[in-house]
Amino acid sequence: MIFLNINNLNVSIEGKQILNNFNITINQGEVHAIMGPNGCGKSTLANVLAGNEDYEVNSGKIIFKDEDLLDLNIEQRAQKGLFLAFQYPVEIPGVNITPFLHASINSKLKNEKKPELDNLSFAKLLRKNAEELDISSDMLKRSINTGFSGGEKKRYEILQMSILNPELTIFDETDSGLDVDALKIVTEGINKFKNPKKSYLIITHYQKLLDYIHPDHVHVMRNGKIVKSGDISLATEIEASGYQNF
Amino acid sequence: MDIETSQTLNKYAQDKYKYGFVTDIDSDRPKKGLDEETIKFISNKKNEPQWMLNWRLDCYKKWLKMSDPKWANLKFPEIDYQDIYYYSSPKGFEDKPKDLSEVDPKLIETYNKLGIPLEEQKVLAGVAVDAVFDSVSVATTYKGELEKLGIVFCSISEAVQNHPELVKKYLGSVIPPGDHSFSALNSAVFTDGSFVYIPENVKCPMELSTYFRINAEETGQFERTLIIADKGSYVSYLEGCTAPQRDTNQLHAANVELIALENAEIKYSTVQNWYPGDEEGKGGIYNFVTKRGLCKGKNSKISWTQVETGSAITWKYPSCILKGDNSIGEFYSVAITNNFQQADTGTKMTHIGKNTRSKIISKGISLGHSQNTYRGNVSFLRKADKARNYTQCDSLLVGNKCGAHTIPYIDSKNKSAIVEHEASTSKINEDQLYYCRQRGLNHEEAVSLIVNGFCKQVLQELPMEFAVEAQKLVSISLEGSVG
Repeated sequence: MIFLNINNLNVSIEGKQILNNFNITINQGEVHAIMGPNGCGKSTLANVLAGNEDYEVNSGKIIFKDEDLLDLNIEQRAQKGLFLAFQYPVEIPGVNITPFLHASINSKLKNEKKPELDNLSFAKLLRKNAEELDISSDMLKRSINTGFSGGEKKRYEILQMSILNPELTIFDETDSGLDVDALKIVTEGINKFKNPKKSYLIITHYQKLLDYIHPDHVHVMRNGKIVKSGDISLATEIEASGYQNF
Repeated sequence: MDIETSQTLNKYAQDKYKYGFVTDIDSDRPKKGLDEETIKFISNKKNEPQWMLNWRLDCYKKWLKMSDPKWANLKFPEIDYQDIYYYSSPKGFEDKPKDLSEVDPKLIETYNKLGIPLEEQKVLAGVAVDAVFDSVSVATTYKGELEKLGIVFCSISEAVQNHPELVKKYLGSVIPPGDHSFSALNSAVFTDGSFVYIPENVKCPMELSTYFRINAEETGQFERTLIIADKGSYVSYLEGCTAPQRDTNQLHAANVELIALENAEIKYSTVQNWYPGDEEGKGGIYNFVTKRGLCKGKNSKISWTQVETGSAITWKYPSCILKGDNSIGEFYSVAITNNFQQADTGTKMTHIGKNTRSKIISKGISLGHSQNTYRGNVSFLRKADKARNYTQCDSLLVGNKCGAHTIPYIDSKNKSAIVEHEASTSKINEDQLYYCRQRGLNHEEAVSLIVNGFCKQVLQELPMEFAVEAQKLVSISLEGSVG
């Protein structure tokens, strides 16, 4: 099975080219990190994979689990097991996580032709995972992301990931806006729920995050394409001397 | 919102107006049009005493001299009052059935389809229902149990017969028949509705509920509801409405009067789901309703909660007259308009007594080509020392062909009065939709979740049993607006 293969992808927004013959292959069970300076197209990549309609795919192919991803809309991609942990999770006033996430997981199970979760089993699962992430029951009662601190928002993203159990999780600059303590809590959460059979794509500016989550492959991105690939030593190199060498 | 609700939401999001069926039943109607004969026909059908007929005829004379109010932000052709039937009852109702076994099974079937089973054992636990079919009250459940507490819950026609002193004293005392043309019209031709009297210091132990349905074609429904809460009493009342799907417009002009005496509290909730017309704006109910509550005694409280999703035209301003010192008036409203619906709705809070307080929370959601107007009038009379009002009006627009308008009037003759007004207009946020869809929800489910969240502040004011129904309605109303 081809898990994820991006081939010669060209993407623009409002006529401006962002991704430039972009290529990557990610196999099942692998952890990849993409590092790059601001404006190199990292977040564009995350949003194009998720199906954000603001971006225009001009040419190229994305195969995900043997299927042409570009044929699917946002929710179909999510149901197929693609999860984007947002850089800036949006507030949804008045909407509680419980019905929201229950509907999400059931739409995924339905797509996989598996039995849906009833209220009780879902509530149990939610409570258990929330406890593991140190999310209080009080916080579960609030509206999604509304009035949350940066760290709380990111933990909520991890909670959703843990319930939806996606095949591919994309972390879009999950470390941004977090202080050292918050970063530690969030990455501990990720590691708790990290599954060796699943795949992860970590998008980050700084190497800091990779001290906690260890990638199998590190890629450096500039001007809309990958300019160098290697292992964790590449990240150390960037930490020492920045991006100017690439 | 719990999980079950969101599941029901999903299910209902796919439904069209499902209350559009017609019950095939013979009805008993006078000739079309309005004149003294029609009024005598109605009065005679109901076997009314002379004083009642005289009152109707007086009101009719007032109506003849009036023209329909034109100030609302609504566009519709002139109503031809001679092209409407003013009374319709299922045949065989000249003598009201004594129990359910005497009721036409087809009628019971209709209510079952609406989800309002009349058999007492099936009635939602703790809810007493008075069902009005076209112009006649069909059955009142739980009557016996309420009687033990001295509570009167019956049709207004029965009240005219059995409690004439209360009807004479209070009918038209809050909404004078000469107030405007729709109130005069209703007073002349009202057919049925509910009557509630809660005696001193009695807390009504269950929700009282009326279900209105317009079945017959070209029929107007003119219901009249009168609720009196005596000193220290409490009652919560819910009204629900549906109508079959028809190409022509049907007229509904109701009058609802509430009276709260000293220390009494009335909570009145409406879930209005009259047929809104089709996608092109054909058909649907014209809903011209006058609802007014009088906080007559000290420390009394009247609270209106409405969820308005139906009708081609909604013209409705549930109001409070805060006469007693320290009395409280509240208005919570969700109004959703889709396709070519027009709503001009809001409230009037009149502060007369000292220390009176009012609170207005209005949430308007416009979709399709619809127009949604909030119109409010908050006034403080000279003696309303230290009175306060808080108003919050939020509008949500979905799409770019609809309109939202907010027209608040504030009039203060007392310098110590305090008014706060907050208003916001927003469009449904693309980032929120993207977030929901990234989690696997489709566009429609996502909109439904966000809109329900937007209305939550109001929906949570509804009695529990009806909050779920209201959420379903919200979802149904959004159908076809996205994608």
